[in-house]
Amino acid sequence: MANLVGSKVERKEDKRFLTGKGQYTADINLVHQTYACFVRSPHARAKINKIDIAKASSAPGVVKILTGDDLAKDKIGGLIAGWKIVSQDGKDMKVPPHPPLAKDSVNYVGDHVAIVIAETLEQAKNAAELVNVSYKIQKAVVKTEDAMNSDAIYEGIDRNLCFDFLLGDKGKTDEALSKADKVVKLDLINNRLIPNAMEPRASIGDYNPSSEQLTLYTTNQNPHLTRLVLSAFNAIAPEHKFRVVAPDVGGGFGSKIYPYAEDAVVAWASKKIERPVKWVAERSESFLSDCHGRDHITHVELGIKNDGKMTALKVETIANIGAYASLFATVTPTYLYAPLVIGLYDIPVASCNVKAVFTNTAPVDAYRGAGRPEAAFLIERIVTEGAKEIGMDQAEFRKKNFINKFPHQQCLIHNIDSGDYAAHLDKALEVGDYKNFENRRTQSAKKGKLRGIGFSTYIEACGIAPSAVVMSIGAGVGLWESAEVRFNATGNVSVFTGAHSHGQGHETTFAQIVGDRLGVAIENIDVIHGDTDKGPFGMGTYGSRSLAVGGTAIAKACDKIIEKGKKVAAHMLEGKPEDIEFKAGEFVLKNSNKKKTIGEIAFACYLPGQYGEIKSPLPTGVEPGLKETAFYDPVNFSFPAGTHICEVEVDQDTGETKVAKYTAVDDFGTIINPMIVEGQVYGGLAQGIGQALYENGHYDESGQLTTASYMDYTMPRADNFPQFKLDFTTTPATSNPLGAKGCGEAGAIAAPPAVMNAVIDAVGTDVSMPATAEKVWNALKKKGTKKVAA
Amino acid sequence: MVAVNITINGKKISKDIQDNTLLSDFLRENLSLTGTHIGCDTSQCGACTIHLNGNSVKSCTTLVADCEGGEITTIEGLSKNGKMHQMQESFKKHHGLQCGFCTPGMVMSAIDLLEKKKNPSEQEIRDWLEGNICRCTGYQGIVAAVKDAASKM
Repeated sequence: MANLVGSKVERKEDKRFLTGKGQYTADINLVHQTYACFVRSPHARAKINKIDIAKASSAPGVVKILTGDDLAKDKIGGLIAGWKIVSQDGKDMKVPPHPPLAKDSVNYVGDHVAIVIAETLEQAKNAAELVNVSYKIQKAVVKTEDAMNSDAIYEGIDRNLCFDFLLGDKGKTDEALSKADKVVKLDLINNRLIPNAMEPRASIGDYNPSSEQLTLYTTNQNPHLTRLVLSAFNAIAPEHKFRVVAPDVGGGFGSKIYPYAEDAVVAWASKKIERPVKWVAERSESFLSDCHGRDHITHVELGIKNDGKMTALKVETIANIGAYASLFATVTPTYLYAPLVIGLYDIPVASCNVKAVFTNTAPVDAYRGAGRPEAAFLIERIVTEGAKEIGMDQAEFRKKNFINKFPHQQCLIHNIDSGDYAAHLDKALEVGDYKNFENRRTQSAKKGKLRGIGFSTYIEACGIAPSAVVMSIGAGVGLWESAEVRFNATGNVSVFTGAHSHGQGHETTFAQIVGDRLGVAIENIDVIHGDTDKGPFGMGTYGSRSLAVGGTAIAKACDKIIEKGKKVAAHMLEGKPEDIEFKAGEFVLKNSNKKKTIGEIAFACYLPGQYGEIKSPLPTGVEPGLKETAFYDPVNFSFPAGTHICEVEVDQDTGETKVAKYTAVDDFGTIINPMIVEGQVYGGLAQGIGQALYENGHYDESGQLTTASYMDYTMPRADNFPQFKLDFTTTPATSNPLGAKGCGEAGAIAAPPAVMNAVIDAVGTDVSMPATAEKVWNALKKKGTKKVAA
Repeated sequence: MVAVNITINGKKISKDIQDNTLLSDFLRENLSLTGTHIGCDTSQCGACTIHLNGNSVKSCTTLVADCEGGEITTIEGLSKNGKMHQMQESFKKHHGLQCGFCTPGMVMSAIDLLEKKKNPSEQEIRDWLEGNICRCTGYQGIVAAVKDAASKM
């Protein structure tokens, strides 16, 4: 059998998606189903005087209208922040209550006020218009930079400060900076992004009064975690009476990690009315109420010696986490961000201070990369400026400062197990034809275009995460993963994983691992995920963890199958288990020609005895059946890294910037399916380039989201990109037996600084993200650049 | 109410419907053809693209009443005798999809392009697909798939 691992195997899931047979939450319709519409706050900040539902309740088709008072009466808990951060003064972070339906106040436009449930969607929408909410409007706190100097949104949370976090030694960093030959300083904005998975969120609550079982169908990246949170904190239903199903999910990018207010409310409402309740977001609701991403303001200082060695890095960040602290909102700008502000450089001392602030905007949480793009952006921007300051070539300056011995204990937190940074940099220079860049610049100038080049040598921490480590720094859960590998009597295999696929192709990648490990044809392997009633408890998919953590759990379950298979084979072949070798699907007795296929062993395990001609006894003490479960807790994070080089062309007359050439060389450790990995990089790049050039979540002064449709929020389209050039280097991760590091977020992490460094190189002056045509045109005008001759 | 007579995926359908029924809702809710997806309700994302009388059309802003006498093909109507359309095969081969949500609209739109222009350039493909948003693929596999299909159709 050919090796599946490392091959471009076409995806098992594609046929159903390509023929319209995918089943997304919105495609599910249940008998006796009702439809929900949420009444949302039109104001960014207001007290609720009164909610009058009388008129709406008597509207045609209305089944039930529920408000925050009803939630409180039923003692339904609030949504939680799942990671406790401690401020530098030793005090715990401060978070406001987050009821799934607002109780006394609303705190962002789109905040949930009531649910209107009716026989049809149209009736629900019409009745929602009749819910009369009397608000006392208050002045909204909107801008990240103003939050600490504005009125406190919540009583007891002074300066709207959630926490004031410090990582690293600030005193020593300041001292090192004072001794540096040169100190480069930058002020950076990491723009607010709106994730925009193409499938809008949806939830269906389905309570069965007979079994007292509650089922929630939802667009979610981690159904078990969602069930746990909704059970333990919101008291929606006890875990053993609660099933969460996340069927086909149309993209997540972080925004579908969290149990949302709508999940809690439709599940609870279904229990109350004893009928299914279905809610599907309109795109405008997605813009308003999906968790947003990024939104940092950062000041950074880098100390450099005259010989080009970096000596210290100091970072001061204000992170806007929106109106409430969402599930991973507090870890994203702290432990996922701060340890990586020094990038893949051997910088001996650093500090990172993060002040997280509340504002009257949508909650901000993990979005593809989550903290790591913000870190990569600041370090790669300032390293670029540092090289210019010191007068060194961008590649040489980076190389001089790369970590080059492994394992490497960095000065902040991470112990980086493996990597070869010079290798991917050199390969990127070659693949991207760096040596001829000046020729290309000249060619562009002949067309009247300004051409610029930008580097990004990034690192990320993935394979999230060792439970003991993360729980010691505030995580509310362990971050291991589970798997169950179940041989069926007829020789095919069902694999259950706690990871969740919403585009990543796990049904194929995981089947490749199992196929190679157990010697079973890939068409006889089914990977099942997304249903708490099927597989064992698992932690889901985010932080590029599915393969490194979930894939390892699967491999370990396979190993247990082989171990049991050896005992059974030894008995059947009249040998000892230690004399059985397993290879390519066959158990072979050493020094003999006696063997059994794994299919025969599975059959024996399920039909132990005489079956027709087949005699398949089990050894004494071995249980029937062939099914193994494994839980895997990683020993460390994994550290993908790479070099991306972007070249842009800027139109001097319009300010329009186009990516002219993009080269990415990444080290993801072991690659299972190169086609899927390339797809992950492509998609990440599109989002990263989107952040750099097009996308911006913008609120006006009153807290209205002015970018709440595809007319106003610029999504990258097919004609925005050239063909990207990808390549790879490989240093296997030592922290998991597969050697996998993770690839899902790399593009979104590496691209923004690569693109912005190129734009700034072309324009010759600083430009903030997104580098829209207007901004670039104004920057050129302000600078008074003499036009290159067309 | 208005009576409509339309052909969907080769099947004649006559129904009385509300005047304001959108084609996307009609396909999904009345006919259970849930392969046509709704990503934005405002004609900007293209996930709901179908063919009406041989042209790609966004069904989320098309009234069923306006389709009277028309022939409609949805993603479910592309396979013939259990064999996928070449465009579907090319998408599979070139990893032109990830989460699959934009895919039906993307495939319908791409087929229309090749019916209107046999061998489009890469730029023409990118320009044509401008009305279909994909958040997963960076459009790289999609463009490769359309090129591949063009060489085989």
